[in-house]
Parts: sequence; structure tokens; C-alpha cells
Amino acid sequence: MATVAFTPQLRRFLAVPDVDTVAATLREALEAAFALNPRLRGYVLDDQGHLRANVVVFIDGRRSSDRIALADPLAPHSRVHVLQALSGG
Amino acid sequence: MDSQRAWVASRKGLFELQRSGRDWRIARVSFLGEPVSMVLPPQDGRRMLAALNLGHFGVKLHASEDAGATWQEVAAPSYPPQPDGAAGPAWNLLQVWSLEAAQGVVWAGTLPGGLFRSADFGRSWQLVDALWNRPERLEWFGGGYDVPGIHSICLHPQQSSELLVGISCGGVWLSRDDGDQWQLQADGMRAAYLPPDLAGSPNTQDPHRIVRCDSAPEVLWCQHHNGLWRSTDNAGSWQELQGAPMSSFGFALAAHPREPGTAWFVPAQADECRVPVDAALVVNRTRDGGRSFDTLRRGLPQENCYDLVYRHGLALAGDGHTLLMGSTTGNLWGSVDAGDSWQAVSQHLPPIYAVRLG
Repeated sequence: MATVAFTPQLRRFLAVPDVDTVAATLREALEAAFALNPRLRGYVLDDQGHLRANVVVFIDGRRSSDRIALADPLAPHSRVHVLQALSGG
Repeated sequence: MDSQRAWVASRKGLFELQRSGRDWRIARVSFLGEPVSMVLPPQDGRRMLAALNLGHFGVKLHASEDAGATWQEVAAPSYPPQPDGAAGPAWNLLQVWSLEAAQGVVWAGTLPGGLFRSADFGRSWQLVDALWNRPERLEWFGGGYDVPGIHSICLHPQQSSELLVGISCGGVWLSRDDGDQWQLQADGMRAAYLPPDLAGSPNTQDPHRIVRCDSAPEVLWCQHHNGLWRSTDNAGSWQELQGAPMSSFGFALAAHPREPGTAWFVPAQADECRVPVDAALVVNRTRDGGRSFDTLRRGLPQENCYDLVYRHGLALAGDGHTLLMGSTTGNLWGSVDAGDSWQAVSQHLPPIYAVRLG
């Protein structure tokens, strides 16, 4: 299964344990995390469901490229990191 | 409005201040390190809201049921799905810029220009579609930010279904039916930053701040981008106030709750140089409806001062003479004599976005 890990900075606001998922895309993986923690959605995605401008996602060491549909594919054992982008101040 | 307690929303936290005599002291800090864009002081003595603007993770709203002792995150206003090809700014909440409450309803003014309504004290929010869907909205533009925003929400103390909002830059809008229908009410304002033939367009005026007189609600004051205005007919028309000393540019204003001719303004040099005139901080006060002004400077720094006071940085208590003023430089001053003299409360706060009493 793929694993999604969230920046520990988010612990100031909510619990963010790693999430294991069989998701095939980044969108599906994030939805799996949001299903466990609905409040997390607003920290990662904007009102339109796009990746927040100052959040960055790495999949197996490579930055995700689709910030709108979040259709980047995941491998069965992908490691996903959801991090704050330094552009956010 | 309580004159013994105040709230300072800042770049790095929310500060509660308690007053003892002439002195204010910091009693509590909440959300240390987080930008707090606006605070709604306790309603009924306990229920309050704080709007955070997290740099990475978006706008969050927190509610307290015990006057700021503890907080719980509640729903932030959220824009609906943006239709394909919809013109104008993206339908994403960028900031809560104003919060007001009355009759069990909370109103939130936001960037990029949406007004939201909550009937359950922030547990859920509804976008006021009737204003958001006005075709004129697409002519609004940013003032101070890249997108338009609602910074002033003036409720009516006698008409519970009436409210007026000020938009940078989108003029002044009035609803008499709880937000179902809206009229543009900026006649008489003048936009010096537009081509001359567009200067009188009501929909692109930049009112920096609008405040109503509580006991004479037909009287409204406006610190505009290029001058001061006053209305005595509930925004049916606006009259420019000429002759303010130092400068008529600025952001903050306070209106006396019982004297409709009395208001305070904080002049800055000019649009292109947003610092006090001659590096000396002053407050202009009128007591005759804007025909004349006193320039108040006792206790305020009079040399090498570069503080700017934002829109919501000047607060007046219900007693009509207790003032607090906070600056972008993190200075906070208090006055107990209607601005005749000022005392430094703190000179080491983070940049101050809003000061509220209550």
C-alpha cells in the first residue's frame, strides 16, 4: 500500500497520522486521508478542491505536477509527503 | 461596548488586554505565531470568533465559548464550486477581513469580495449570493490586496434586516432585506485614481473604512482612498469633507456612538508614501461634522515615526472617550480623553491588523 505522510507543522492544528491506502492516484490517496479526518481537507485543498498554492506534495521523491485534478499516479508502495511550501511565508 | 477589555489581532497572534484605570496590560495571548486577521469580541459576554490566515494552510476560524480562554476550530466560510469560465477572481477564500454580529447572526466580509452569513455562530456559513452574483462585482478590483475585499460591515441598530458594506474597491452597498437585494450607494464619492470620466463611478470607489454612528444611524463616516466623506442620509448621498489637516489619506476611523458630528481619523502622507506626515504620528478629530478638525499629537511619537494604522487599527469604546490605536510597527497607544492625550500601551507587539474593544 502507498503511505501518505503529512508535515508535522499541521500538528499545531490537528492530528495527522500517516495514512496507508491502496489509492492509485494522489487524489484518491488524499480522499482516503480526508475520510479519516474531514477537517484536514481545508488545510491541504482550497475551496475549489485544488492543492493549496503554498502546499507541495512529493511522490517518491518527485514533486507532484497536477495541482488541480491531483491525478498524479501512485505505485503500490509509493511514499507521499504533503508539506508546506516555503513560498507560504 | 466594554471599555475595560480589548483585543488586538496581529501578524503573530491574538492579544487580550485588560484595563486598570488609565493602564492597559496584556492579559492573554492566543494563537501565538499565527496571523489573526480579525476578531469578533465576545457576544453576550462569552462567545467570540477569531479568523486566522495561515500562510500555507488557508483561512481558519476559531470560536470561543468562554471569552477567549479556550478555542475550538469551526467551519470557515467557503466559496461554492466556480463555474467553468466564470470571470473574475478565483472563488477561493483568501482572508476574513471583517466580522460583525447582531440578532444572533454573524456576518463575515472576505477577500475576494464575498459576504457570508452564519446563523449558528460560525458552525456553518452561507455565501450571500445576491451580492456575489451582481454583475457589477466583475468590475470590482483589489485595493490593498490583489483581489477585492469587504472590510466594513455596518449593521443598523434600529433596523435588524438592514446592513451596509464597504468594499475595496467596489463602493458601498446597502441591503434592507437581510441581504436578499442590494443597492449601490456611493453617490458623491470621487475616485482620483481612475481616468477623469470614471472618477464618479460608484462601483469602483475605494472606501478604506466606513463606520456608522450608533445613535444617529443615518450618519456614516468614510475614510476613502483619496479623501474623507460623510453621509447624513444613510448613504443616499456622500459629502466630501474638505480641509482635513496634514493629509486626507489614511485608513482608520472611529465614530462617536452618540455624537453624530464627532469622528477620528489617522492621516498618512499619501498613497505613494504610507507613513505619517513629517514622520510625526497624529490623529485628526472633528466635532462639527467635518467642518473643522483638531490635530491631536500629545503622547504620540513626533519624530522618526513610520507607523501606519490599518483600517481596523483604531477602536473607540462605548463611552465615547476611550480609544486604542495599533500600528503596523507593533505599537499600541491608548487614550482616555477622546484623543487629547495618548499613552503607549506596548511598543513591542507584532504588526497590528485590528483593535477591538469589548
